Amino acid sequence: MDQLWLARAQFTSTTIFHFFFVPLSIGLVFMVAIMETMYVVKKNEVYKKMAKFWGHLFLINFAVGVVTGIIQEFQFGMNWSEYSRFVGDVFGAPLAIEALLAFFMESTFVGLWIFGWERFSKKLHLACIWLVSLGTTLSAVWILTANSFMQVPVGFAVKNGRAEMNDFLALLGNGQLWAEFPHVFTGALCTAAFFVAGISAYNLLKKRHINFYKRSMKFAIVIGLIGSIGIALTGHTQAQYLVKTQPMKMAAAEGIWENTPDPAPWSAFALINTDKQTNSFELNIPYALSFLSYSKFNGSLKGMKTLQNEYSAKYDSIVGEGTNYIPPVKTTYWSFRLMVGFGVAMILLSLIGFYLWRKNRLDQSSIFLKFLLPAIAFPYLANTFGWIMTEVGRQPWTVFGLMTTADSISPNVPAGALLFSIIMYLLIFTLLAGVMVYLIVREVKKGPEIPNAAPLDGSTDPFKKVGA
Amino acid sequence: MELSELWFVLIGVVFIGFFFLEGFDYGVGMSTRFVARNQQERTIMVNTIGPFWDANEVWLLTGGGAIFAAFPHWYATMFSGYYLPLLAVLLCLIGRGVSFEFRRKINNHRWTNIWDWVIFIGSLLPPFLLGVLFTSMLKGMPIQQDMNMSAGFTDYINIYSLWGGLTVTLLCLLHGLDFLTLKTDGEIRQRTAAVAKKVTLAVLGALVVFVILSWMMTDIFQVHLIPELILIAAIVLVYILAYAFIAKKREGLAFTMTGLGLAFTVSAIFVGLFPRVMISSINKAFDLTVYNASSGAYSLKVMTIVAVTILPFVLAYTVWSYYIFRKRVTHKEHLTY
Repeated sequence: MDQLWLARAQFTSTTIFHFFFVPLSIGLVFMVAIMETMYVVKKNEVYKKMAKFWGHLFLINFAVGVVTGIIQEFQFGMNWSEYSRFVGDVFGAPLAIEALLAFFMESTFVGLWIFGWERFSKKLHLACIWLVSLGTTLSAVWILTANSFMQVPVGFAVKNGRAEMNDFLALLGNGQLWAEFPHVFTGALCTAAFFVAGISAYNLLKKRHINFYKRSMKFAIVIGLIGSIGIALTGHTQAQYLVKTQPMKMAAAEGIWENTPDPAPWSAFALINTDKQTNSFELNIPYALSFLSYSKFNGSLKGMKTLQNEYSAKYDSIVGEGTNYIPPVKTTYWSFRLMVGFGVAMILLSLIGFYLWRKNRLDQSSIFLKFLLPAIAFPYLANTFGWIMTEVGRQPWTVFGLMTTADSISPNVPAGALLFSIIMYLLIFTLLAGVMVYLIVREVKKGPEIPNAAPLDGSTDPFKKVGA
Repeated sequence: MELSELWFVLIGVVFIGFFFLEGFDYGVGMSTRFVARNQQERTIMVNTIGPFWDANEVWLLTGGGAIFAAFPHWYATMFSGYYLPLLAVLLCLIGRGVSFEFRRKINNHRWTNIWDWVIFIGSLLPPFLLGVLFTSMLKGMPIQQDMNMSAGFTDYINIYSLWGGLTVTLLCLLHGLDFLTLKTDGEIRQRTAAVAKKVTLAVLGALVVFVILSWMMTDIFQVHLIPELILIAAIVLVYILAYAFIAKKREGLAFTMTGLGLAFTVSAIFVGLFPRVMISSINKAFDLTVYNASSGAYSLKVMTIVAVTILPFVLAYTVWSYYIFRKRVTHKEHLTY
């Protein structure tokens, strides 16, 4: 295990783990804000109960999301110091702005929201949760501004051996950002929708608080429909942008070695042989890739072999001759398909839910309800595979066309320190995940009629049976 | 003033904000074991910082982000060079952060006690480690010509850095105690004030030793003699005043003094560094300075505009949130955490 491998393993594991919590926070606080708005507008206590209950689960998740996020900001300097030196001028700015604009907002107003139920007027309290929602969303915008620079670097010039910013507005207007952000945001909506739907379904099956969970389910179906159709549309925009900006990633995601015919078929299944650079078996859907890439039923795509030659001519002067510009093909190909697969499943489930709602059979179809509990995992898997495709598919680059991953690591951090920190993070993360799932399950079992916290004297012990 | 110099000052201001605010919630976290006698008292103490600690911690993230954006070389050298201490800080902040949320999610004495220990350790170690980090930065670290630092154990850990860590920890503890006298009532308030008086004396003692060690171990008095002497005089003065105010039950003023004490201490460190941001113990020529470690002029200009626009809003709603929760916290009311 060399330093590069360890640094990458650390980034992959800590970022994936962090991103289990982020989309749920962004999506769920948005839903809670809508629920509380309904309460303020319609003055119906059930919406307050909903905002409190789902807000409660949001807070547990938010706490873990915040603490696992601190690592991310430190990690660039700790493990990727050469990267930080080279791009800090451009890349550091969105991170600093994220803290200044988004982190302060979400952390201050989440405190006001938690402690302000009894203290504030209804409208002021509502404003707090909307500001938390705005803060979490702005945070996504800024970190994706940084990520978009890695995918499609703009607004800079290489001076004195470093990338220096020369156009901040270009950074903000990066086409990649506005393809990526809506996709991430709708993904977050799906995550929250399926979380609420799954928990509601579980309780409807148990016939508990039927009115409460039926209403929650309807919220989830609306948000789920908007979110899942949204991810499909925004995914399509992103794919078209990808063909233009990172054709190699697209070719790898499609397992295309040779240039495709025109019109190009979409590969639904392929057995990929990376050593021989061929696919031994392919199952193709005609026309579909042309449509995916260009929104029309003709047009061809370049294969990885052609692109390898083109990239060589273009980038060998930067990174040296003989560089392999082809990312890990199987990982890119299959993570793309898994993401799309779970996305399609989410659209179908949302549509079925909508149909059952209209037929007024939402709490009667036990097969559908049973399916929704494991379906909580679908958006998590889709989010994760989407990011794996995005980041692994960009390899060998950290910043496309500018800097390779191998050149990015800290030269002065020994492998032992990296290994030790990975072990520590994974231990703590496993513990946190376990505690969090345990607490959420416990809150769900307690149901919406929860007191805000245990009585202060601590005289009752829940592990003791009554009368024992 | 060049923009890179301005950003050095701004980063200093952010760290003053961090120690002024998060300093007291670290101190409160430490007090849960030094001063509180039972879980009910710990709960009251934790709730005094309940609405604030998360936003206070953002000052550290903002400081890190600002160093990254304005001085990429400083960020890269410091964060990769101080790998293990920063790892420890991160682990503490992770544990501490979830503990506030988790501690009373289950109504069980042992469950709460476990998370309270995490809060205690997570509040004790970060100021100590950050103190060690800043002190060893003043002394100089083995930074090579390529700006990379490969520090051994004795580079981080020596008498000077340990004393610096201890001093910063005491400053935060005292600041937290004074915050508690301001935010609690009855018996806890009196007991905290009594402890605060003793700790103020300890702080003064620790500071004197720290100044002597700094005279011996660093070059900050050669570089900036007059400003450093003025700052040290100011620091000693505010802590003497802090003692007097606590004795006279003027808790708001005492808290202001310990806050100023932290602000002046951070200033003394930043003044001592200037114009360097990282001092090389190998060769003066390898020092990272505000001039050779900074971002380009364009980037700094953009960041200045952004900071000047957003920071007033942040300060405004921060002050507002403290105003909203200005009342003393007692067991008679509903406690959220």
